[in-house]
Amino acid sequence: MSGMTVQAARRSGLLSNWGFFVGAGIVGFCALIALIAPLIVPYDPFAIDLQRRLVPPVFMEGGDPRNFFGTDQLGRDYLSRLIYGTRISMVIGVLTVITSGLIGITLGVVGGFYGGKIDDVVMFIITTRPSIPVVLVALAVAALRGSSFLLVVLVLGLLLWDRFAVVARATTMQIRNLDYVAAAWCSGVSRWWVLTREVLPNIATHLAVVATLEMALAILLEAALSFLGLGVPPPLPSWGLMIAEAKEYMFFQPWVIVIPGAALFVLVLGVNLLGDALRDMMGTDLSR
Amino acid sequence: MLNFFLRRFVVAVLVALTVLTVTFLLTQFSGDLAISIAGPDASQADIDKIRHLLGLNRPMWIQYFDWLGRAMQGDFGESFFFRDKVWNLIAARLPVTLSLGFVGLALALVVSLPLGILAAVREGSVVDRAVGMVVLFGQAMPSFWLGLILMVVFGLHLGWLPISGTGSWQHYVLPGIVLAFSAVPSLTRLTRSGMVEALTSDYIRTARAKGLTRLSILVKHGFRNAAIPVVSVAAVQLGFMLSGSVVIETVFALHGVGFLAWESISKNDFPVVQAVVLILALMYIGLTLLADLLNAVLDPRLRTG
Repeated sequence: MSGMTVQAARRSGLLSNWGFFVGAGIVGFCALIALIAPLIVPYDPFAIDLQRRLVPPVFMEGGDPRNFFGTDQLGRDYLSRLIYGTRISMVIGVLTVITSGLIGITLGVVGGFYGGKIDDVVMFIITTRPSIPVVLVALAVAALRGSSFLLVVLVLGLLLWDRFAVVARATTMQIRNLDYVAAAWCSGVSRWWVLTREVLPNIATHLAVVATLEMALAILLEAALSFLGLGVPPPLPSWGLMIAEAKEYMFFQPWVIVIPGAALFVLVLGVNLLGDALRDMMGTDLSR
Repeated sequence: MLNFFLRRFVVAVLVALTVLTVTFLLTQFSGDLAISIAGPDASQADIDKIRHLLGLNRPMWIQYFDWLGRAMQGDFGESFFFRDKVWNLIAARLPVTLSLGFVGLALALVVSLPLGILAAVREGSVVDRAVGMVVLFGQAMPSFWLGLILMVVFGLHLGWLPISGTGSWQHYVLPGIVLAFSAVPSLTRLTRSGMVEALTSDYIRTARAKGLTRLSILVKHGFRNAAIPVVSVAAVQLGFMLSGSVVIETVFALHGVGFLAWESISKNDFPVVQAVVLILALMYIGLTLLADLLNAVLDPRLRTG
């Protein structure tokens, strides 16, 4: 920021606000859809109708107004499946962030707060994590244990904590020596109090930025795993799974993969926009 | 300087050992290997036989040291399915994955360096914002989906490139583009921020004051300093790209290490899976070590840290 002209800063502020509103709008809309999915779906997303397979969407030639986004290879309503897919993506994203956040924040805060040997150990663990190939390990574990919704959350949660740890550690180190933390120590409160009442609330905004990034990543990874057949098991309408199931028809009817893919793209874009806007406001530095 | 190299090297070796252990524990805790290999219809006698044959009935720590000792000599055992040494299988497919990785990285650099510099020079302008949009789009793009879309457009409708398989250089174009797409956002961001920082520094002001040409300032003074973080991140990015190639190789049926891992996972061929996880992890560790060393060579200030 230091070298920016006033004009440039004002413009980027405008940009981040614009990004904030679009991002929050997309994420809020998807969260709402996910919450009220059973109330708004036009049809049962699992109901098979072999008489009406691969009906194109309304806006294409041969479309049927009964199925807005058409039907899939088993005659299931695509819009209803898309709506339930929103639920899967959102829940996977949120639960993964909670799991990885708990692990990463604990590690980072402990390392940054205590320093010394403890911090050396934490740093070593943080350095080790990215060398483990996420997709491959997730696939292998799913193949061994049998894929399930919970397993996807657990595996992603156990693997995606490194950025939480890095940011929590760096920000805790900055805060540890500030005056208000010293003041808290002087008032004779416990270590637990300092950690939870003084340190954590003051690094929370930076962690929120990481949370959005990890959520976007988790949603993309879940889709990729489900696409490869080792994520969320069928008949659950995960967007990645919808793309996998529609793959053999994509050369004749490209819309079957375009619709769920576009939904995935828009949601992840929204989460990232929100994260970028937050980062610009907080000035979080994510580089190591 | 030597001290710095040595310390980084020791850390890398320790990380590698940790990864070896984690890889071993992964298969141990993910369920009973013998039951998985025997399949659902196997009798208890069959399972016991497999357990005995693979030495799975020995205490865990003996299995661990046995496996560790062999792995360090490059002996990852024999594939259950291919009836061949795991190392031979990997060695035959590694060139494909490495080629894909380098094609992807080269494409990503060709796109992101100019974009990053352009955005930095015109900071806050329409161009800068447009580059920002490109970065956001790249981040949000699911790579497997982009791969399928490119297959439909370039393979089917335009008929320019082969849809899947391995063989000629054309087979690397589409997967390379998809792989590059995943690296462009972070590389562009980094080039831009490095360049912005460099352009506002004192030495640039001095260069301007000396009356050097704009191009000379940009290239000789600005980019040279902005390139330092980019070089190291590019190396790390290559490591990520190699492990990310599992998805892309599977989509395009490109027979590299990632595709081998995918095949082996679906066939319960665990020695191969374990070895691929290990190879990808070791390559990543090697590349980050290289990145650290490159950084130290390029920027003397880091050597003391």
